[in-house]
Amino acid sequence: MAEKEKKEKIPRQPMPEQDPKVRSRNFEEVPYGYTPELAQKEANRCLQCKKPKCTEGCPVGVKIPEFVNLIAGGDFIGAAKKLKEDNSLPAVCGRVCPQESQCESLCILGKKDEPVAVGRLERFAADYERKQGTVDLPQIPPSTGKKVAVVGSGPAGLTLAGDLVKQGHQVTIFEALHKPGGVLVYGIPEFRLPKAIVDAEVDYLQRLGVEIKYNYVIGKILTVDELFAMGYHAVFLGVGAGLPVFMNIPGENLCGIYSANEYLTRSNLMKAYLFPQYDTPIAVGKHVAVIGGGNVAMDSARTALRLGAETVHIVYRRSKTELPARAEEAHHAEQEGVQFKFLTNPLRYIGNNDGWVTGMECMEMELGEPDESGRRRPVPKKDSNFILDVDLVVVSIGTGANPIITGTVPNLELNKWGYIVADPETGKTSREGVYAGGDIVTGSATVILAMGAGRNSSKAMHEYLMNKSNTVA
Amino acid sequence: MFKIVEKREMAGNTVCHLKIDAPLIAKKAQPGQFVVLRANETGERIPLTMAGNDPAKGTIDIIFQVVGKSTALLRTFNKGDAILDVIGPLGKPTHVEKLGTVICVGGGTGIAVLYPITRAFKEIGNHVISIVGARTKDLLIMEAEMKGVSDEFFVTTDDGSYGRHGFVTDALKDLLDARKDVKLVIGIGPIPMMKFVCKTTEVYGIKTMVSLNTIMVDATGMCGACRATVGGKTQFCCVDGPEFDGHQVNFDELMKRQAAYLKEERQSYERFQKEQR
Ligand SMILES: Cc1cc2nc3c(=O)[nH]c(=O)nc-3n(C[C@H](O)[C@H](O)[C@H](O)COP(=O)(O)OP(=O)(O)OC[C@H]3O[C@@H](n4cnc5c(N)ncnc54)[C@H](O)[C@@H]3O)c2cc1C
Ligand SMILES: Cc1cc2nc3c(=O)[nH]c(=O)nc-3n(C[C@H](O)[C@H](O)[C@H](O)COP(=O)(O)OP(=O)(O)OC[C@H]3O[C@@H](n4cnc5c(N)ncnc54)[C@H](O)[C@@H]3O)c2cc1C
Ligand code: SF4
Ligand code: FES
Repeated sequence: MAEKEKKEKIPRQPMPEQDPKVRSRNFEEVPYGYTPELAQKEANRCLQCKKPKCTEGCPVGVKIPEFVNLIAGGDFIGAAKKLKEDNSLPAVCGRVCPQESQCESLCILGKKDEPVAVGRLERFAADYERKQGTVDLPQIPPSTGKKVAVVGSGPAGLTLAGDLVKQGHQVTIFEALHKPGGVLVYGIPEFRLPKAIVDAEVDYLQRLGVEIKYNYVIGKILTVDELFAMGYHAVFLGVGAGLPVFMNIPGENLCGIYSANEYLTRSNLMKAYLFPQYDTPIAVGKHVAVIGGGNVAMDSARTALRLGAETVHIVYRRSKTELPARAEEAHHAEQEGVQFKFLTNPLRYIGNNDGWVTGMECMEMELGEPDESGRRRPVPKKDSNFILDVDLVVVSIGTGANPIITGTVPNLELNKWGYIVADPETGKTSREGVYAGGDIVTGSATVILAMGAGRNSSKAMHEYLMNKSNTVA
Repeated sequence: MFKIVEKREMAGNTVCHLKIDAPLIAKKAQPGQFVVLRANETGERIPLTMAGNDPAKGTIDIIFQVVGKSTALLRTFNKGDAILDVIGPLGKPTHVEKLGTVICVGGGTGIAVLYPITRAFKEIGNHVISIVGARTKDLLIMEAEMKGVSDEFFVTTDDGSYGRHGFVTDALKDLLDARKDVKLVIGIGPIPMMKFVCKTTEVYGIKTMVSLNTIMVDATGMCGACRATVGGKTQFCCVDGPEFDGHQVNFDELMKRQAAYLKEERQSYERFQKEQR
């Protein structure tokens, strides 16, 4: 008991980060990460619970006390290895997982004090290993002679590919874009997830033997049926939920109004923030409004600042409590100077003669009765209309399923929103040998849930592939 | 990497034809579809229609006008060089059917886009009348090819240096006055041309198809850069098009959206020209 009390006295260690004023004008990563000393200090706070609560909150069941203990003892490489037993992308998850609503929300220390900084420790161990440059390759069993096609290289597809290649299957990823990573590369900005980290993870998979084919829009260049005809024994669809949703309000096609997908793809994937060194342009707004309150909205707002905006407003129709973004992201955005207009909804856009947006008419809202999601429904406040002067708007109210692939697989069952119907335990779809997971099944969710889906499907697919009667072609 | 197997300069070096080795795309390509190209690591993704494809040889053809940095950069590529990324086939194929008499109207580089469509309408058994136009004789492209797939063939030039003096719409109007059996007009070219083709045919109540060359990024329906208003509804040209019923298209909005990056495009092009010197 005395031991426990002493441990609680060490406060949660903050992670050193760039000054908000400086970082809001550059694209470098915001936090620097723990030093070994800070990491060990933080790891020492962990009580090494016999029945750890934290692990219950982890969608892929990372052995949290074990890896934290290895850090406390100074075995950082060992910690990274331990993490990788359950999580193939720890450097990514340590940065983007919503730990505050997963592992850390359940940590026993959080009852009286602040929880162990599991995410920061995860990031530290993974970064340490990567910087050492000696990431060992596991022993790959002899080839099973089975071929798997993975469509999409987001976290779901990458995780599944890694799992299956380690079991001796031959894995090919088909990716529509010219770079791997899915949202990790085209959506999440450099200042939150440096692309070198994603590249390192992908490089590791390639060294394990995963083949990646870029510029393959499945449904166009090849169909799923053609993949089977080419000799693939099973197919995994991890194509994400990439279809941008617009509000369908007047003036939405004025110049200067972007979907978050377009805005972020231009900046991240196409590196428009480095224009004119890179050829893809991006409009630089002076007065920017971002519609929505999720991580995507925060990323868009913070990108706008870095591109040189004078004012950036997040316009969100509910209140601060309902903000779906991770607390840390909203906090970072606020620190950097993003302003929030809560309980506000746009009605229409106003443009000039060149067709550029100059203003956005908005309406104030108030919270009424709870809706299906359990959150209080925003209802318009009478006579509250006002005009916000803007020259750039990023619409970030969600995404849907892209029918390019789902529409070209005969007999693939979809739900009423166009997402693929798949067994949550196995990813099995209505088509034999076709599995699916990640955002294309659940709708926009999180990196870790997509990875979890990839992991589950890999187990089911492995069983399917090893059952001879399924795959004698 | 996609190797260039043939290069040809056209229209006084303002237009360029590349034959590219892309076997899978060549096998799948249908008239009306396009590819997206990214020339090199710092390049942007630009959409270009396939003016032809040879499934046996595994090649596709693109014909493009040099209008800015990306097309100028592409033109510096020679036979044997490789383009970093070619993605396709993209967009909906043209809906080709036997209707009777069909008029195909092409302007500028739009003629390259129009050619495979014209050929498809001819091959399926239509009576195809083509009208192609250019500002001046030297800028006219693919005259022989178009003529080869047309039953009747007309040329106009804005300055009268070749064919009929005037715009394609003048020739179109005369034809529509003269014959009552025209079932479909296909108009592909600069936006103002397509707009006036549609204005002309509207009077006669003849269905008119146009191909919209909006600005694109991914060209797979993921970003909405390519949106246009058609029949009062927003459409993504890369996946819902690029062909639409021209009488439903909001051309004025389209023109403004095309000009969204004029400043950046100029900056980029000037920078490139300086580097080339
Ligand atoms: C801006 C932004 C910020 C986010 N921030 C966070 C965060 O902080 N924390 C968090 O946990 N989650 C976050 N998310 C959500 C998270 O990124 C996603 O839930 C996750 O990436 C989904 O993974 P996925 O593998 O299902 O699909 P995706 O990551 O979407 O990858 C799908 C891949 O499939 C490819 N593809 C699509 N169609 C085809 C086709 N026809 N043929 C071939 N390939 C195809 C796509 O190009 C893409 O590469 C964020 C999302 C966005 C957009
Ligand atoms: C479906 C489709 C098919 C096309 N087919 C052909 C073709 O067969 N031959 C041909 O010559 N041109 C074609 N175009 C137009 C061609 O894509 C543009 O001319 C090219 O992207 C210009 O790039 P740039 O950098 O050289 O010029 P820029 O300096 O960037 O721009 C010059 C003009 O091109 C337009 N443009 C710029 N970027 C894009 C972009 N990413 N996508 C579309 N338009 C853009 C601009 O509105 C501007 O008016 C097509 C466009 C589309 C959408
Ligand atoms: S619940 Fe907290 S204190 Fe207990 S093992 Fe997990 S991280 Fe350590
Ligand atoms: S170009 Fe991105 S959706 Fe059409």
